[in-house]
Formats: sequence, C-alpha cells, structure tokens
Amino acid sequence: MFGLEKRDTLLLGVVVVLTLFAPFILNPFPADSGLAQFNAGYPDLMQRFVIFGIFAIGFNILFGLTGYLSFGHAAFLGVGSYSAVWMFKLLSYNVVPALVLAVIMAGLFSALIGFISLRRSGIYFSILTLAFAQMSFNLAYSVLTPITNGETGLQIYTSDPQYLQSVDAPSFPNLFGAAMNSSTTLFFGGWTFTFSVGYYFCAIFLILAFYLAIRIFRSPFGMMLRAVKSNQQRMNYTGLNTRPYTLAAFVISGMYAGLAGGLLAAMDPLAGAERMQWTASGEVVLMTILGGAGTLIGPVLGAGFIKYFENIFAKINDNVLHGWFAFMPDGIEDAMVAIIHPFVGKGWHLTLGLLFMLVVIFLPGGLVEGGQRLGRVFRRKDKNAGSVEADAAQRRSEAAE
Amino acid sequence: MSFTKLTRRGLIQTGAVAGAGLALPTYLRAENHAGFTNAPTGSTVTLGFNVPQTGPYAEEGLDELRAQELAVEHLNGGGDGGMMNTFSSKALKGNGILGKKVEYVTGDTQTKSDAARASAKSMIEKDGAVMINGGSSSGVAVAVQDLCQSAGVIFMAGLTHANDTTGKDRKANGFRHFFNAYMSAAALAPVLKNAYGSERRAYHLTADYNWGWTQQESIAAATEAMGWETVENVLTPLASTDFSSYIAPVLNSGADVLVLNHYGGNMVNSLTNAVQFGLLDKEVNGKKFEIVVPLYSELMAAGAGANVQGVIGSMNWNWQLQDEGSKAFTKSFGEKYGRPPSNSAHTCYVQTLLYADAVERAGSFNPCAVVEALEGYEFDGLGNGPTLYRADDHQCFKDVLVMKGAENPTNEYDTLEIVEQTPRAQVEYAPDHPMFAGGDLGKCNPGA
Amino acid sequence: MDAILLQILNGLDKGSAYALIALGLTLIFGTLGVVNFAHGALFMIGAFCSVTLQRILTLSVETIDETKKDFLGNPLKVKTPYVEQWFGPETGQAIIDWSVPLAILFAIPVMLLIGFIMERGLIKHFYKRPHADQILVTFGLAIVLQEVVKYFYGANPIPTPAPQAFVGSFDFAPLLGLDTSLAYPYWRLVYFGFSTLIIAAVFAFLQFTTFGMVVRAGMADRETVGLLGIDIDRRFTIMFGIAAAVAGLAGVMYAPINSPNYHMGMDFLVLSFVVVVVGGMGSLPGAVLAGFLLGILESLASMNEIKSIIYGIDQIIIYVVAIVILLVRPRGLMGRRGVMEE
Repeated sequence: MFGLEKRDTLLLGVVVVLTLFAPFILNPFPADSGLAQFNAGYPDLMQRFVIFGIFAIGFNILFGLTGYLSFGHAAFLGVGSYSAVWMFKLLSYNVVPALVLAVIMAGLFSALIGFISLRRSGIYFSILTLAFAQMSFNLAYSVLTPITNGETGLQIYTSDPQYLQSVDAPSFPNLFGAAMNSSTTLFFGGWTFTFSVGYYFCAIFLILAFYLAIRIFRSPFGMMLRAVKSNQQRMNYTGLNTRPYTLAAFVISGMYAGLAGGLLAAMDPLAGAERMQWTASGEVVLMTILGGAGTLIGPVLGAGFIKYFENIFAKINDNVLHGWFAFMPDGIEDAMVAIIHPFVGKGWHLTLGLLFMLVVIFLPGGLVEGGQRLGRVFRRKDKNAGSVEADAAQRRSEAAE
Repeated sequence: MSFTKLTRRGLIQTGAVAGAGLALPTYLRAENHAGFTNAPTGSTVTLGFNVPQTGPYAEEGLDELRAQELAVEHLNGGGDGGMMNTFSSKALKGNGILGKKVEYVTGDTQTKSDAARASAKSMIEKDGAVMINGGSSSGVAVAVQDLCQSAGVIFMAGLTHANDTTGKDRKANGFRHFFNAYMSAAALAPVLKNAYGSERRAYHLTADYNWGWTQQESIAAATEAMGWETVENVLTPLASTDFSSYIAPVLNSGADVLVLNHYGGNMVNSLTNAVQFGLLDKEVNGKKFEIVVPLYSELMAAGAGANVQGVIGSMNWNWQLQDEGSKAFTKSFGEKYGRPPSNSAHTCYVQTLLYADAVERAGSFNPCAVVEALEGYEFDGLGNGPTLYRADDHQCFKDVLVMKGAENPTNEYDTLEIVEQTPRAQVEYAPDHPMFAGGDLGKCNPGA
Repeated sequence: MDAILLQILNGLDKGSAYALIALGLTLIFGTLGVVNFAHGALFMIGAFCSVTLQRILTLSVETIDETKKDFLGNPLKVKTPYVEQWFGPETGQAIIDWSVPLAILFAIPVMLLIGFIMERGLIKHFYKRPHADQILVTFGLAIVLQEVVKYFYGANPIPTPAPQAFVGSFDFAPLLGLDTSLAYPYWRLVYFGFSTLIIAAVFAFLQFTTFGMVVRAGMADRETVGLLGIDIDRRFTIMFGIAAAVAGLAGVMYAPINSPNYHMGMDFLVLSFVVVVVGGMGSLPGAVLAGFLLGILESLASMNEIKSIIYGIDQIIIYVVAIVILLVRPRGLMGRRGVMEE
C-alpha cells in the first residue's frame, strides 16, 4: 500500500494508530487518582512528542543512514521557529506561510552549513557543526537581537503590522480559522481526554514525515546513503562523488528540523534562543540513539521518552511523594520519600543521566532493541516472525560489537 | 495533578468509581463555557509554582519554592500566619481562598524561555492552575507572562529586574512586585554620590543581553545626571566564566569606579575576578577605586564570599528590615527552614498572598476580576512600607534598599548590610518614560 | 601596546587552564581512543576537592554565645574549627588559609582512584564501541557526576579563597620599563606556573621513563605491544588515572579564580574539544599549543578596540578559529596525518 512493502505498511499503520489515539493512550489514569501524575495526555506535551518526533526522524535520516553525527541540528530548528514567528508578525496568524518559510529558510541555512561542514567527516564534522550551531546561538542571544529579540525570545506584539490578518480571524496561530490552541474535552467517568486542534495538526505532519522517511530509507537514494556509512572510501574509488548525496541528506534533515521549529512556533508563538544551544542539539542526538539510530520508529520513541522525563518527572515534588506513600507507616513513608527524593523533581537530570548510561551500556540498539529482546522472550519459537525493525537494529548491534 | 492521598481504601474507591465510570454517560465539552480558564469547581484551587530547579539558578528557585510552600501553608490556616497578620488588607481568613483549600503544583523553568513555557503550559493544561508564580530571570518572566496572557490565567512574576517586563513587554494578566533596573539606578545614584562624590569616572561591564543593556542604560543615565562620567561600556558574553580579559584593562582606562551589570554566576565571577586584580586596593585620580554591583542577591553574595566587602548595590527587600511584616515573615520562614529568606523568596511569598487577597476582595477567580482588584491597589505590611500596584503598567512601587557588603559579618547570613531605604517617591517614574515606552497592556484575558 | 601585552599575559593564563584540560583529554584519546565527554566533570570534581578539603578543615565544634544573637534572635552558635582547637588559633587559621594548595595532596589520590574506577568499571567496555556510543555514555556519566555534586553541595557557587599570601597583584610595568600599570594577580601567576610544571611533568614522564615509552609505543601500535607480552591494558588504566589527575589538579588550583559550581565542567567541555581539535586529535604538544593560542586569541578579541571593528567577535572567536583550522588544515596544528580522518 502507498508504494510500501507489507511490513513497512504495518509499521506506518502502527504509527498512525498510536498518534491518532494518543489522547487516550497517554491518559490511562483517571484525572483524580494519585497516578494521574503520570498522565501525559495534555495538549502541550502531546504536541511536543510529535514535534520532537519529527525533529528526530529528520536527524535520523542524516545520522542513521550516513553515520554523520551532527551536533548542530538545533540551529535549524531555531531558524525554523524564527522564520515562522516573523511570518506571524508580518503577514497573519495563518500557519501555512509560516511553515513554508520555516522549511525553506532551514533548508537554505542547512545547505550553507552542510556545504562547508561536509568537507570533513568523523569527529571533525561533529565539531564543525557544533561550532556553527554555538555561533548561531551566541549571536541570536545577543548580537542579532533586532532579529531574534535575544534573551526574551521573539514574540508577537499588538503593534506588529500583520498585513494579511483579517479582523475576524483568531489572534492565535490558526489554519484558515481553526486556532491551534482550541480543544475539546471528553469526560468519560473519571477520565478526561483532551483533543486539541494543534495536536492533530502536528500529528498529520508526523505521519507524513514518517511516511516520507520510510520512502527515503527504502529508496535507491537511501541505499546510497547506507553505502556512504559502511565504506565511503570504496564509494569514492568507484568514481562516485558521495558529497551530493550526503549534502542532500543533510538538507533534508535540516528541513525536517525547520518544520519542527515552525510547528513549535505555531503551537506557541514565541521563539527563544535557547532552542539553538548545543545542549538542544545534543538532546536530539540522545533521542535518536536512545530510541535506536538507523531504525524507523526508534527516534520517535526516544523523543517521547526524553520529553516525558523532562515534563513529568520534573513536576514530582516531595508533597506528591508523601501523597503516594501516605498509606505506609510514618517512618517507612519518610524513608521511601527520602530514597526517591534525589531522583525526581529537581533531580530529574540525575535519573535521565542514569537511564542514558544504562541504555547505552546494555542496549546498544536503543529502545527498539529492548523491545525486540522482550518480543523474543515471548515468541521464542516463531523465529521467522522477525520484527519489522530487525535488520536495522541487527546492523547496529553488529557495529557495536 | 491532585494531592488526594492515595490510600488503599482510596484505591478501591477509585477502582469502583472507574468501574462505574464505564457505565456513566459521557459527554463532550468544548472549553468555551466556563467563563474563564480553569475555573475551580471542587473544594480546592490549584496554583502553579514555576521556578528554576536545575541550572545555575537552582538554589534561588529552591528558596522561592520554600516561600511559596510557606505561603500556601499560611493561606490554608497553618503555621503562624506570617505576613497575613501584618498585611493591611484583612480579607484573608486562613481558610484557603474563597473557602477553597489551596493546593499547588511545581515545575522546572530551567531558566530557559522554552522550558519555562512548557512547564507553565502543563500546569495550565493538565493541572488546572489558575495562577502562575515564580521565576528567576527576565527572559523567562516575559515569556511566561506572554503565555499567561494568551492562556487567560494570572501571572505573578518572581525575580525579574529588566525594565521590559513592565515596560515594552507589559501584559494585562501579568504583575510584577519586584523592582526594576530604573528603580535600582534611581535609588543608587544619591547614595553613590554621598559615598564616592560627584566627580567619578565609571567603567561599565555589561552582560550582553536584554537585561544587562537596560540596567546599564539606567545606571549610566542616573549617574551621569549627578555628574559622573561614563568612560567605557564593555559588553561581555553571557557564556563567559573568566572575566579577567575584561577586567585587566580597567586600571589603565583612567576610570575610578567599576560598575558590574551582571547577575548570578556572571556577577560572582566578575566580582571575584575584579577583587583578585586588586582593584579595591588601588588609587586612581587620587581617589580610592570602588566597585558597584547594581543588583544584589543574598545567594550570589554568598557565592562571592569575602569579595563583596564594601561593595554597594541595591535589593528589593532584605530580612534585616525591622518593620513588622518583614520581621513576621523572617520569623516564620526561619523557624520552618532554619535560614533567613532571600529577596526572591520574599517576592514570591508576597505575590502569592497578593493574588489570594485580590481574589478574596474580588469575590472571584476570574482573571479580569483579579486584575481589577490589583490595579491601583494600595497596601502595607508586606515589607518595604506602603506599596502601590500601579494600574498603568502593573509595576509595584515601594521603597528600594541600597545595600553594602558587610565588613565584619557576624554569621553566614548577614554578608550584606542595609545602607539606606530609599523612599518610594524617589524611584517613581511616569508610565511612558522612554525606558519603558512602546508597551501596551492590552485587555485582560479570561481565556476560554 | 601595553594593552595588547596585558591581554597576551592574560591569554597565557587563561590558556594554561585550557591546555591542562585538553592535555588530559588528548591523553585519553591518544592512548585509549576514547572520546571522553566526562572530562569536564573531572575538572569540576577537582575543584570540589578544594571545596571538600576546606569543609573538612573547617569542621567545627559549636558553642553557644549568649551575648550574640542569630537572625531569629536566639543565642548565636559560635563555630570553632577543630584544627584551631588542636593547633591553636593561629596555626589553625594558617592551615585553613592554605586549604587550596593542601588540596593538591588530597586530590591526587582521589582523582587517581576515580580515574581507575571509571576506566575499569565503564570505559573499558567501550573501547570497541562506536565513538557515538562513547560520547553518549560519558555524557550520561558527566550528567550523573554533576548531579551528585549538586545534591551534596547545592547549585550555588562556593567561595574558595586562595591563601592570604597570594592576595593582590604584581605590577610588571616597572620591570619592563613602562610607565603605565601592567598588574596581574599573584594567584593567576601561580596558576600559570603550576600548569607549566604539570605539563612539563607529563611530557617528561612519557619521554624519559620506561613506562612512558611503552605507553607511547602503545599509542602508536597497541596490538604489536600486546604481542610483545606487555600488559598494555594495565598501563592504559594507569594512564587514564593520570589524565583524570591532571584534569583534577587543573580544577583544584582553579577554585580560587572562580568559585566552583556544579556545572563548571560543562562550561569547559565544548571549549576543550575545540582546543583538542585545533591542536590535532591525539597530539599532546598540539593540545598545549592550541590551549595557549586560543586563550590569547580570546583575550585579544575581548578588547573594545577589536570589538568595535567586528561587533560581537568575542562571542564567536573560538568557533571561527575552529572552523577555519578544520577547513584549511583538518588534522589540526600538530596532528598526525590520518588520525580520526575516517
């Protein structure tokens, strides 16, 4: 279907179902139960899941296929956000021109940086992209304040021209009148499920982005990129110039980042310089590797994993902990709180760091490999039913050995 | 989030309710009927405390959080009531807000605009917070204020000192109790004139971003007005950790005062470096060399250690103030946490009380009613003397403290001493002052 | 002219910190082939060795002084450090005053031990994994280390003063016959001397001892050295310990320059990688040279005369240099051909 092989269609189907039913899947606990703390089904976080999923899918097209480890992709995300907000400021709150410009600007910017950085490979390439991204961040934070509004972040003022904004259109980013921040809530017994326009708008882009990624992975172009990863020298000896292919991959992933940046601005029209910092670039690297580099679904899982931690674990404070363990005798309750305390709330970085280490040490193929191992336990006899991601994860495990 | 204690019995009940839920009729609701965002329906109301818990300002965030927890305790009638007893308004009765028990959720701003907005959004969208309070930088304050404006909740800013927060970026749903760069300059100038004379040559080192620029502009204007000359203004990158290359040329510039427009880690390092270079032991133009740090904070002063001795700066509030409100607050904070509160803790505590009081007086949680109750509101008893929340820009006007690094601190908490309490009249300015121009409050937004 | 001279002096001092960190990073990369993102954290732990020793030396007995009041109006608890009780107030004060130099003795065994544990417990298993995995696992370790430090010491910077004897600055101007001032703090001069000493010691160790010779041989061709029946693994573990100690010592002595905080390692991380790449991956002299060079360039770029020509140049100078070097001379200033150019 859609020009895909059967197993890819299956994978796409899984992604479609997961994204469309996310408001249910991510809210498994009734709103007034103690476990509601772990619910992630509110619009902002769901939007972040899919937007950073898109970002990571794009990054994976470069890193997963060609093996070029870029430490500067956050810069393209930032450029996308700034372009989108400028469109809101100048034209109107309609998201279409904003997203178009975001993708185009990120594409141009990545073509420029890619053209220079791809003259080198290995760790030199990483440092080059890191240097470019850090430069962009430093400039955006201070020197380029007229364009980026520096520390505060670029935002929309009532005094902005907005030449195409009609009087009755919503004063929030919208798609021909459907505002991104409007939502409908479904109450079902103790549960509440929120369906947000913005989320479904992003979800459609995620599905498209995922579909495009599958097509790229399975195309001759994708094959060429894999060949670059396995042995670039041999490619060069056969008289093939690999640069255009790697540059194309770099620009495509840059445009994915630009789209993600544009969507971030469309969900929340303010672009901060911090989203260009090197730690933000590092974050997408972590997402991809954590999920499983070179696999299709891995980066999306990795993105969800990290954003979940950042938004859910950071909000667990001592008060909440005491609530959880209130049923225990006082002494044990305090002991339990004391044990868990360093790992949640202000200590969420510690948990994240530990989990990174554990995943990298024990699951070199990322979460996807973990899933496969689990799967193997349950289906030991059925050896033919290899997982849809088996080959990619397999290759990665081999590379790691 | 709910703080319902999860007991075994509760679990069974929840399970039963959940089971019953399957049989219950379900209904859809577009969020347009409640009248305003997150109108509290049950017996509780949720406030959102959004402070830095990771990154360089984590310690300050922690202190803000302590104060906010204390405020909630007092609002719900616990503890000794703190400043509620000295507050000029008697609307608060210690039974929560409008009879609803106060609950709170916390989040991590990471001192990044993006993360702060994400955290605030989750409080609004997931936990149903009606008010967001806290924060430790102006960039974050402006970003979250903008978010609260469009989401239709009230933002009570924490520590934010840039003029823009209630200037160019002012918003109807946002309120700032903390003072700003202009007020710092206005309070400092006369003291500096008294201490160091009116013929001084100042060398400015300025953090190269929005807050740094507004502060430098304010200080330069105020000191030049009393006769000082600004020799040079050097912008320093935010990421700097070692300021030696910026401080080394100061001595040869002919300047005899160094103004450090830095905050946080930048300020600790630049001040430490300046003292290392022996600037304070030098004599230039026949006068003793001096250093000025326009914005002080106790935590940062502690980080700089003995280097703050004799250095003048300004603060919003300090626990050594002797009015009844400050004494009551310091006492209840000190007894609970074993340390005196910082000025950012004070601001967050006061902001929480002010919000609760405004709701009580308005008789509604509706943001527009709260805005109306706070605009032009005169109060006293919360430290800093009689205070006004000005309607034009939602900036508080009150006395400003000029501080000096203590020469002989008796314990680890009195590293700074109060030099002067500059009266409110001296730091006031017109709402359309050029440094604050270009802003527009807009209309209050109740959301939904 | 003297302004430029002052900035060069300042750059040498800044550069000596960069050089020390980059030296350790290169030692690890050159011997073990591991890209260590936790190196900045080792520097930070070194600085906290100073803090820890200062805390240990100021462990105090508490006596209640009824005449003074604390901030709540209760009688003040006066703290007297044990060392003052044992050795008398003056000697005790002197010991506390010298806590930073004393911390060198304290830090060496601690850092060696941390280095050994890190190598044996973690890094060892990553020799044959891709660089990306090494980066990720050491980055995770860096986060864990700094969060642990934050848990015990808080997020605020902790003042760690140098001994009283080193307060103030030395004026070079009379020495050079200049009539303006060319003052530079004593402690920073000490830091510069200390770094030079450590760098010389590391080079001498590698150049003039049998152990160093074997390690250098191992850097060139690990397999052959192994075939000769030499236990190269054990030596590499020791080298990792030494690299950790070098980073740690750089941190110990840095504590009085800027009050240590838990994220100071991350602040140096990107920069130290740039230094290593500019110097040439795997080249020890390159790392030292690049460290000093970048320190000087950074100092010069911060001068207002230069900033007025190119606005904001001090924000990006390091990265511009890195980009130019990598494009013009990809193996860095002194790198060998073919190292990490795959």
